[in-house]
Order: sequence, then C-alpha cells, then structure tokens
Amino acid sequence: MTDLPEYRREEPGAQPPALHPAYASTVKRAPQQPPIRLPHTLSELTGPQWDRSVLRPSDDDLTRQNKGAPLGERIIVTGRVIDEDGRPVPATLIEIWQANACGRYIHPRDQHDAPLDPNFRGEGRVMTDDEGRYRFVTIKPGAYPWRNHANAWRPAHIHLSLFGPAFVTRLVTQMYFPGDPLIPLDPILNGVPDPAARMRLVAAFDLETTKPEWALGYRFDIVLRGRAQTPPLG
Amino acid sequence: MPGQTPSQTVGPFFHDSLSWPGAETLIGSATKGERIEIVGRVLDSDGAPVPDALLEIWQANAAGRYAHPEDGQLKPIDPAFRGFGRCASDAEGRFRFATIRPGRVPGRGNALQAPHINLGLFARGLLRRLVTRLYFEDAPENAEDPVLALVQDPARRATLLAKRVAGDRAVYRFDIVLQGKGETVFFDC
Repeated sequence: MTDLPEYRREEPGAQPPALHPAYASTVKRAPQQPPIRLPHTLSELTGPQWDRSVLRPSDDDLTRQNKGAPLGERIIVTGRVIDEDGRPVPATLIEIWQANACGRYIHPRDQHDAPLDPNFRGEGRVMTDDEGRYRFVTIKPGAYPWRNHANAWRPAHIHLSLFGPAFVTRLVTQMYFPGDPLIPLDPILNGVPDPAARMRLVAAFDLETTKPEWALGYRFDIVLRGRAQTPPLG
Repeated sequence: MPGQTPSQTVGPFFHDSLSWPGAETLIGSATKGERIEIVGRVLDSDGAPVPDALLEIWQANAAGRYAHPEDGQLKPIDPAFRGFGRCASDAEGRFRFATIRPGRVPGRGNALQAPHINLGLFARGLLRRLVTRLYFEDAPENAEDPVLALVQDPARRATLLAKRVAGDRAVYRFDIVLQGKGETVFFDC
C-alpha cells in the first residue's frame, strides 16, 4: 500500500512549549522528556468526523438558549477555518465555551465573586460550511481574576475547540478581543513564542459583520495544519 | 502561506461544554468486537491527581479499520462504532472508557502496527495537547510494532502498556504521569 502524505509539522514559533513558567500551572504538569516524533500512519491521518445531527437548536446563538436574553454586549463572531495552504476546512465541528459578561463561568469550580446570569450558559457549537465558514452569536465575555500571580486577570476570551480532518489537526485555542489592555500581560497568550503568531489569536473588529442597530461583529479566521502533498482521490 | 493558529490551554472550566453524556462509552449493543474497559488516573509530578484533565481516544474498529474516508482498507466498516471517546477526569484524577479491542492497522511502508488506542490529553497547565498511545501489555504483536520500537528504554516503553486487571472482565489499567518519575511517553505528531 502506498503511504498517504503526512501533515505538516507544528510551526515552532506558533505553538507554545509544554513548560512556560510564567503560567504557573505548567510547572508540575509539563513533561520533562522530549516528545518522540511519530511518523503519520492511518492512526494520525484519520480522526473523528461529525455531521450536522450533533448540532442542537440554538447551538449557534448563545443568547437564545434560555427564557430571557442574557445581560451584556451582544456580538457576532464569524470567520473561516482553512489549512496552511488556504484551502477551506468544510464540515468541521467547532465547540465554544466562555464566561458571561461579568467574567463568571457557569462551572461549579468557578468561585469568582461575580454574578451568574440565569440566561447564559456560555456553551455553543457550530459546523463549518463548504467554504469553511462559521458564524455564531453570543455576548462579549468579561475579564476575570485568577491566582497565577499577584493581581492576575485573564483578558476577555472565548474558548474554541476544533477537530479538522485528522487526529493531528485537533486544536483547542482561545480567541481574544482587539484593544484589550490585558493582552500584553497574559501569561497564557504569551506562551506563544512568536509575537506575530500571538496576534493571530486576536479577532478583528469587522464592520461588514456588524449588524446595524443590533450587534458588533468580529472576524476570527482559524488555520489548521495543512498537508505536505494533496492526498490521492479515492 | 497562512500561519498556524496557536494552541491555548483548555483551562479549568470546560466540563459541561466538552464532556458529553455517554461520551466515555464507545460501544452499543450492535458493536462488533471484544468488550474492554480502560481505567486509569492522571497524575502530576508530585503524584497528585489531576482533576481537570480531558482525555480523548481515537481508535480503529475490531477489524482494524478507522471510520474515516481516508482509510481505504478492504476491511469491514462497523456502523455501530465511530471510534471516538471523551472523558473528563474526576476529583481523584480517574477516567474510564468502555470500548472494544481495536484490530491491527498498517504503519508506514509494509509494517503492521500492534493494536493500539490513540490518546489526546488536555488540561489546565497544558498550553497544548499531549498525545500518547495505549498498547495492551498482553499483546504478542507489540514485539513488532514500529512505534513501540521508537522508544529505546524498556522502562519508558512500559508506560505505553496498559495492564490487564485481574478478574472476569477485560479491564485494562493505564495511568498517565505528566511529569517526573514514571513520566509517560508522549509523542510529537
């Protein structure tokens, strides 16, 4: 059997190291041994695929999952999922979770002294279309404190989880907002070595996406690992 | 060429959004193959449990075929088996999957791989996913597996071998040590 082409390897400046001491939780959890480089076999070149049946009503509108409207600034987030060659990644599942407008998660371990919003769970799912496009409506999450260092605050962010076509294209990341003064101070974002790659995680305000008299729009494109060569058809 | 989007930590607050009810059970009554359970714990460098890890597994069906369009092998597809599972660790760092023993899948060249389960791990404190593989300690095919052969040190190789727990049911134990003594082998893929 002819070997299928591998995926490109991780871009060194774009992907954070395991150990990043400024992010204190990495200190006891980052492996010390170097990872062993794995050739890409069918195990790595395949991965779970989903269809639209996994989507529930209102998964793409986090402001309409409860009886009333959540408090906060309504926003539209849209973008494309593409690979390193600019090809769209169609029909890929994106899972979304975030804090509410006050910076509080619905999670039982979140003890931040800020109110929960009975009309906001902060969870959604979308699937990309044939052109790799996705879109969801939510509210802008608030910043929140954490105990990493003295007076530490996370910049406002939305968590995103993507599968892509293969086991090796799996990506969990966070989207940040332009102009947030906490961005330069954040040890998690600063774990990305290349400052230019770091800025790929900051969404752009987009007037075209903005809906008049309704909500601001943000654009956030996501680039998954590409293929060294195009795989043969069939 | 557009640059890769960087990975960021899953953080501590993913549970309701990413752990689907039943996602740790990969099998139904119609699934073909030998039923097995995978149990284990995730531990940090102090041997303390990691209570906020998300584990994902991906595996071939009992015949050794992945439910994916690029797996063009002439082996049966099992419509009752997708091969993906997900489990968040509990307060003691424990996780559990109910699945089937996967068949052998080809490696690169003409090599054949021993039965294995691909495992990805996310957690607070991990800026990127960790990837490892679970092999079965009692599988004779391990001796010729090209990936196990990449791990020279037998003690380190042993971290990839799930151990059969005594009893009637096929339960395999696979603990994951993130750092330090007994550190699990992780792969760059």
